[in-house]
Amino acid sequence: MELKKVSKNFGGLKAVNQVSFSLEEGEILGIIGPNGAGKTTLFNTLTGFYKPDEGEVWFEGEKLIDLKPHQICQRGMVRTFQLVKPFLQLTVLDNVIVAALNRTKMIREAQEKAQEIVEFVGLGEKKDTLGTGLTLPHRKRLELARALATGPKLLLLDEVMAGLTPTEVDELIRLLKQVNQKGITILLIEHVMRGLMALSKRVVVLNYGEKIAEGVPGEIVKDRQVIEAYLGEEFAGAQG
Amino acid sequence: MNFNLILQLALNGFLLGGVYSLIALGLSLIFGVMRVINFAHGEMMVWGMYVAYTILLWTGVDPFFSFLVSAIVLFILGYLLQRTVVNRILDFPEAMQVLPLVGMGMVFENSARLIWGPDYISPQSRFALSSLPLGNVIIDTPRFLAFSLAIIITIIVLLFLKKTDMGKSIRAAADNRTGALLVGTDVNKIYAVCFGIGAACVGAAGGLLVPIMPLSPYIGPPFTLISFIIVILGGMGSLTGAMVGGLIIGVAESIGPELITNLFHGIGLDLDFPHTMKQVVSFFILIVIMILRPQGLFGGKKG
Amino acid sequence: MKKLYLFLLIGLLILLVLPKFLGSYELGIFIMIFFYAYLGQSWNILTGYTGMISLGHSLYVGIGAYMTYLLMLTLGLSPWIGMWIGGIAAGLIGLVIGFFGFRFGMKGVYFVLLTISFAEIGRLIFLHLKVFGSFQGLFIAPNFSFANFQFKENTPYYYIALGYVVFSLIVVRLMERSKVGRYLVALREDEEAAESLGVNVFKYKMIAIFISAFMTSLAGAFYTNYLYYLHPGTMMSMAFSIEMILRPIIGGMGTVLGPVIGSFLITPLAELSRTYFAKAGYEGLHLVIYGFLLVAVVLFFPRGVISYIKRALAPVLGSSK
Repeated sequence: MELKKVSKNFGGLKAVNQVSFSLEEGEILGIIGPNGAGKTTLFNTLTGFYKPDEGEVWFEGEKLIDLKPHQICQRGMVRTFQLVKPFLQLTVLDNVIVAALNRTKMIREAQEKAQEIVEFVGLGEKKDTLGTGLTLPHRKRLELARALATGPKLLLLDEVMAGLTPTEVDELIRLLKQVNQKGITILLIEHVMRGLMALSKRVVVLNYGEKIAEGVPGEIVKDRQVIEAYLGEEFAGAQG
Repeated sequence: MNFNLILQLALNGFLLGGVYSLIALGLSLIFGVMRVINFAHGEMMVWGMYVAYTILLWTGVDPFFSFLVSAIVLFILGYLLQRTVVNRILDFPEAMQVLPLVGMGMVFENSARLIWGPDYISPQSRFALSSLPLGNVIIDTPRFLAFSLAIIITIIVLLFLKKTDMGKSIRAAADNRTGALLVGTDVNKIYAVCFGIGAACVGAAGGLLVPIMPLSPYIGPPFTLISFIIVILGGMGSLTGAMVGGLIIGVAESIGPELITNLFHGIGLDLDFPHTMKQVVSFFILIVIMILRPQGLFGGKKG
Repeated sequence: MKKLYLFLLIGLLILLVLPKFLGSYELGIFIMIFFYAYLGQSWNILTGYTGMISLGHSLYVGIGAYMTYLLMLTLGLSPWIGMWIGGIAAGLIGLVIGFFGFRFGMKGVYFVLLTISFAEIGRLIFLHLKVFGSFQGLFIAPNFSFANFQFKENTPYYYIALGYVVFSLIVVRLMERSKVGRYLVALREDEEAAESLGVNVFKYKMIAIFISAFMTSLAGAFYTNYLYYLHPGTMMSMAFSIEMILRPIIGGMGTVLGPVIGSFLITPLAELSRTYFAKAGYEGLHLVIYGFLLVAVVLFFPRGVISYIKRALAPVLGSSK
């Protein structure tokens, strides 16, 4: 995938300002930045929930123009939501079946695929539980399971580790590595540094809607601008 | 095209529109504050009409005075209705809110029928047949009085909301229910007063309409619908919008059929747009507004 | 789940033999129960499954009724055939309404008002058309025969109405487990999430409204040939639309049996209160009582009767689903 100078404005506010970067197939790319940096807006723009005001998005050699979210999902790019959105009145399995129907018309096939994925993310025992009966960590797994069931080539994860205990984070890291090994490219927005570091091959940093740094995780943490963005000038000075 | 006729119709519609504005104001208050679709709105108005009519019958006092009594009676009824039924359904999903209010509408409608019978009644007001000529047009006195009184009431209500403590509390609760709760407002009481005022508006409007149109227990529903059209047209949550919207709809319904008939004839179509179809004009306006500008003329952000 | 099917089968068998034991009046009540159960089910397909509330469904009944009447009059076409054509017509109108509503993102109150507007415009237009009898309405001279969908006694109507209900149950049941049904429920639960998972929300809402309008209008043929009187004022009225939605709402929206249960509850209430309270000098009393009953039922069963029944019967029926 490639982004060329993508911008999204809201009234006078440049939520995303001329952001460019590219993503190789099979990579895991992390996106970080302080709150309000425009990360989720970027996701919304990539997946068709917003229309970019400027710039181009290329996916698998095709320029994406004016596509609706469901079309983008069909092309193989799927996202999760920061505030998870389970189908509350449906069971876990039924939730995932909906997603699995993205690739097949047959209910039987979708059911099997859904069953597989539900077990893969570790919700096997809860497959008949209603969305309303799930704890937050389980809802996050459901969100992931649904995204996986759509048969994606590129997975956009929006703060999927927020609110999880360290053990849960580790499990999720393990899970996502497996997902990546199956050939799925991952773009993840994360605040949980451990997860980000463990997974990302490269990292892009956004601040006030602009890309301020890009590189391997090791470099990024030492980057002066990045530190300034997160912690303020004093700390950047203290780093030396 | 007969300009005089159009002008006359427009004037009549405009004056009637003033009363529509009052009805819509009542709905705007109820819907704006409680987000409840008051399906009993028109039926409550009909009760206001009957109260004024009864007073006329028993005491000879003209509805142009007794509409105040209608307002008071409806305030009480509205207040009670809110405290008993509406308050409980505030958090229900929309579909479940429809039923109780429809049910109450049926109760209002049919109790009116039980008490006053099903037939149309056309009581005579003192002013009924008088009129004031003004240039090329005639101002129908009952309509003019209804219009003026409706406008006065509307202004009083607006002042109440802006200046008094209770009024401000109502507006606060409309904006942010949780916030109002947090600062210790007795939200239930506010909602009840608000619903009461909304009912009072519609009751007063009913009283004012007695000299203008025949009453029967069943004329309520079109008024419910019209007030919704006006509230959407004017903008939900905008009281000014309700006022302006009422006038626009009043005029549109009046001259619409005439203009469309002229249009048909103009393009060679031998078709009349009958006055009994005037509601089509309002519904058409509603559909257009919902498509082009859903927030209404004076509404805030979209939706 | 299998136990539920067993209960339903027994219920059906009972209903099949019931006419042997009932008089014409009682059959009439059952016919109304079935009629409204069918209408409620058809409406449920749109509103229960997508969450978009329609209060203008009487429009489709009208279209179905008038089209079958016209086709009968002009082409001598049997209502059994005409009703499918009427269904397509109604479905198309549904698509128009759906287009305006869904394309422009109308939800909640707005969509309700959109449906009301179209229904009212339709009613007013039909009210002024001479071919449909203008303000007097149309009396239809009965010409009893199966082909004409007209019968002397209530018994055939009973079985036909029952057939309608079974038909609607099958349609809804099939839909529920299919891709269409699942997508519809998903978009009702969370439109954005559904969209992000590949659901073409607009397309599926259009499918829902088409099916709903189509099925609703099939009842129009029944209406015409059972009541022998067509008047837009009653048939395409908001009052009728409201009657249609009462039963599924009280029974439980978005469920297969909800509209049926709702109808079995409400329709007898309505019919019986009319019989016993509509005495001379007290006309309207039955409606006052009906109105209060509606309020009471919603206050006691805010989530629909069926959710209470499910919980009450859960031990008997085993695990749900």
